[in-house]
Amino acid sequence: MGVGIKVEHLNAWFGKTQALYDISIDVPANHATAVIGPSGCGKSTFVRCLNRMHETIPDARATGKVRMGELDVYNGTAAVQIRRRIGMVFQKANPFPTMSIYDNVAAGLKLNGFHDRKRLDEIVERSLKLSALWDEVKDTLRKKSGASLSGGQQQRLCIARALAVEPEVLLMDEPCSALDPISTGKIEELIFQLKENFTIVIVTHNMQQASRVAEFTGFFLLGKLIEFDKTEKIFTTPSDKRTEDYITGRFG
Amino acid sequence: MTGPQPVAKPEVVSGSKAGGGPLIRAGTSLIPDRIFYAAVLSCGLCVLGLVGVIVYQLVTKSALSWHAFGWKFFFRSDWDPVSEQFGAWPFVYGTLVSSLLALMLAVPLAIGVAVFITEMCPRWLKGALAFTTELLAAIPSVIYGLWAIFVMVPLLREYVEPLLGRYFGWTGLFEGTPYGIGMLAAGIILAIMVVPIVSSITREVMTAVPQQQREAVLALGATRWEMIRTGVLRNARAGILGGVILGLGRALGETMAVTMVIGNRPEIARSLFAPGYTMASVIANEFSEATSDTYLSALVEVGLALFLVTIVVNIMAQLLVWSVTRGMPARSHG
Amino acid sequence: MAKTAGQTGQFAIAPVSLWRRGMNSLVTLAAGAAVVAVLVPLGAIFVYLIYKGVGAINWAFLTQIPKPVGEAGGGMANAIAGSGYILAIASIMGVPIGIGAGIYLAEYGRNRFGDLIRFTADVLNGVPSIVVGIVAYGIVVIGQGHFSALAGGVALAIMMIPTITRTTEEMLLLVPNAVKEAAYGLGVSRWRTTLSITLRTATSGVITGVMLAFARVAGETAPLLFTAFGNQYWNWKVSQPTAALSLQIYTYAISPFDEWHRQAWAGALILIVLIVVSVSAVRIVAGRGMLKGAN
Repeated sequence: MGVGIKVEHLNAWFGKTQALYDISIDVPANHATAVIGPSGCGKSTFVRCLNRMHETIPDARATGKVRMGELDVYNGTAAVQIRRRIGMVFQKANPFPTMSIYDNVAAGLKLNGFHDRKRLDEIVERSLKLSALWDEVKDTLRKKSGASLSGGQQQRLCIARALAVEPEVLLMDEPCSALDPISTGKIEELIFQLKENFTIVIVTHNMQQASRVAEFTGFFLLGKLIEFDKTEKIFTTPSDKRTEDYITGRFG
Repeated sequence: MTGPQPVAKPEVVSGSKAGGGPLIRAGTSLIPDRIFYAAVLSCGLCVLGLVGVIVYQLVTKSALSWHAFGWKFFFRSDWDPVSEQFGAWPFVYGTLVSSLLALMLAVPLAIGVAVFITEMCPRWLKGALAFTTELLAAIPSVIYGLWAIFVMVPLLREYVEPLLGRYFGWTGLFEGTPYGIGMLAAGIILAIMVVPIVSSITREVMTAVPQQQREAVLALGATRWEMIRTGVLRNARAGILGGVILGLGRALGETMAVTMVIGNRPEIARSLFAPGYTMASVIANEFSEATSDTYLSALVEVGLALFLVTIVVNIMAQLLVWSVTRGMPARSHG
Repeated sequence: MAKTAGQTGQFAIAPVSLWRRGMNSLVTLAAGAAVVAVLVPLGAIFVYLIYKGVGAINWAFLTQIPKPVGEAGGGMANAIAGSGYILAIASIMGVPIGIGAGIYLAEYGRNRFGDLIRFTADVLNGVPSIVVGIVAYGIVVIGQGHFSALAGGVALAIMMIPTITRTTEEMLLLVPNAVKEAAYGLGVSRWRTTLSITLRTATSGVITGVMLAFARVAGETAPLLFTAFGNQYWNWKVSQPTAALSLQIYTYAISPFDEWHRQAWAGALILIVLIVVSVSAVRIVAGRGMLKGAN
């Protein structure tokens, strides 16, 4: 079951440059929320603050409150623990090049000390089925390396890898921007199914994609959250003029 | 992973998501992270420590000789273990002369090879040539010495030196009986050993010169040589100089091959046919036989001097090479 | 139709002068000659090594220890083994420290302090090997009271460390950030990511670096002259003088005995073969390993 994320007054900096200004947002559980906006508006930064990946960049920092259920993401819990409960899929698929497909999916578990062989087999199969990759790789699980798959397959492998550790939230940072339309379609289908069990936040610059997969959408501009509402409302009757300008293509 | 907070065994949740917690419930990894950091940091500190250890050893073990002879140690020529009088000038002289001779022979050759490989060579030949010059660098010094004693020296003795003596003897550099063994042999074998280093650095800095520079000169109607001269060599000047100085550093410290062909006599002569002695060679030959403390200490002092000179030379060289290839050789890839 | 500038001769383009063309050809010739001049000794060395060495290598050479002076026969078995022994001791000390320092520089050393270590490593690479021998003598031999394999190992380790440090750092930095991010994103701790992901991805490159350092010190003689010192007999004790191939070649080469000269060539051939084989083996393994994952 997924949990919701509550963000209160989140600010983020890269060195002296401020990238996010006072973001407050309630990401509902078990739904897909899209984050849209023009290039450089801070959507990737926002999402990376949710699982504390932002702080892996030197000189980067963030203030504010982020809660996942009853868990305070920034205070009192190690970043490493947070990232085991909030998973991430990146813009460019990054499977581990020296590992087989099986090992890639199992990586999150193995690296955290989980070595039960039989259970691993089950989890790997389940995760690959969840990410709709199982049928395509079930015969070459241990023989082929993670990097030998096509772009779309690699991204689904990364999704399987993220799902294997059973996070409650899945963050996706423009997961389809490097993929062809067919692979994109497959992944969008996937998101639709995953919603039942996970909370999904998906960053996308493709507004049609947002309206296809997400029930809620947040529009970011220059580091500020301009509007957050049901996707339908954002795209038909937005409250803010800037949102309207963006979705009608006047800029960005 | 050990530490006050052991990582809990991961909890296995049944397949469905019903009421499940995370699959892996684990403690923080702060302690193991800190231990890891401490471990690799201490390895890094070892590297720093090594220099400290080297300096400490050299300075303390040479103190005896330093107190006995002072600065004059390097300007006196009497090296007499029996009466415990030690003057290192012949070795300094020998080191300088052999290294300079080596550079004079090696630098034109090395630059010529580098120019040929980078600018003139047909593509299919490039890799093979580059590889063979690198191969020269892999041959151990003692094998160079072995070959020099039994092949090069007889050649020098029978053919080269008599010729040099007949036609160039008037310069004073080629007088005396050609034994084969001597300063000239040392200079030549050193030159062969130094060519790969100078050549590979020269190639590196030449390749670093942007193609636009070459094209700019060609577009003015220059011949290939003129393009190389003004478009490439000129720009790579600092780096090439750095490579030469690096070669000098290598020549100064080279021990085995030189020891085997230089004759090992602490004499100073103008003729290149005469035997000589270098700082590295005297240490190699006499260290394990040094009978008294002063003797050993004098040898260590020679080593200290050698160390300091090579360090300074190498630092200068590094700075020059870096200025052309711009920054750390190791770069981060994102 | 107006005449072009070239035709009117007003801005006639002078043909490239004979002098310039001649200069160009001369330089090309000179550069080519330089290449030949450099390749000749290389060729000569290998030819002589094979020519003089092959004849003296036989089973006895590879399995026996040296015979007393004047007697024919005997071999360098103890020297070959001794070299391996000393190198093993050196590697046990040098490889972990070198890799550890390389990891430090790549992961935590992108700052001034890291620069200092980097600079020091580069400087250390230039210390003459005979000086390293003096240092090892001071650290180990004086304390023990006699020459030893350990002292030789220490000397060679000191020479291996800076090389391994720099190559390890370079290889680790080649691992793309995306791979590390993937691991962090899964909640893997910093130390685990560095060891199991970053180091693992860079494994073949790191091994290449280690083998190159290894090959470089395998042929070293100077630092062993008064540390390991050499031995005419077998020795497996870490605290006793030990034979080494390079030392044996040197001793035999400068001796007055023809029989020993023959064996010196044989020893040299074996040494160069071992070095070339190990470097090539590394290239092959590395070439396959690095691409194994990325195929």
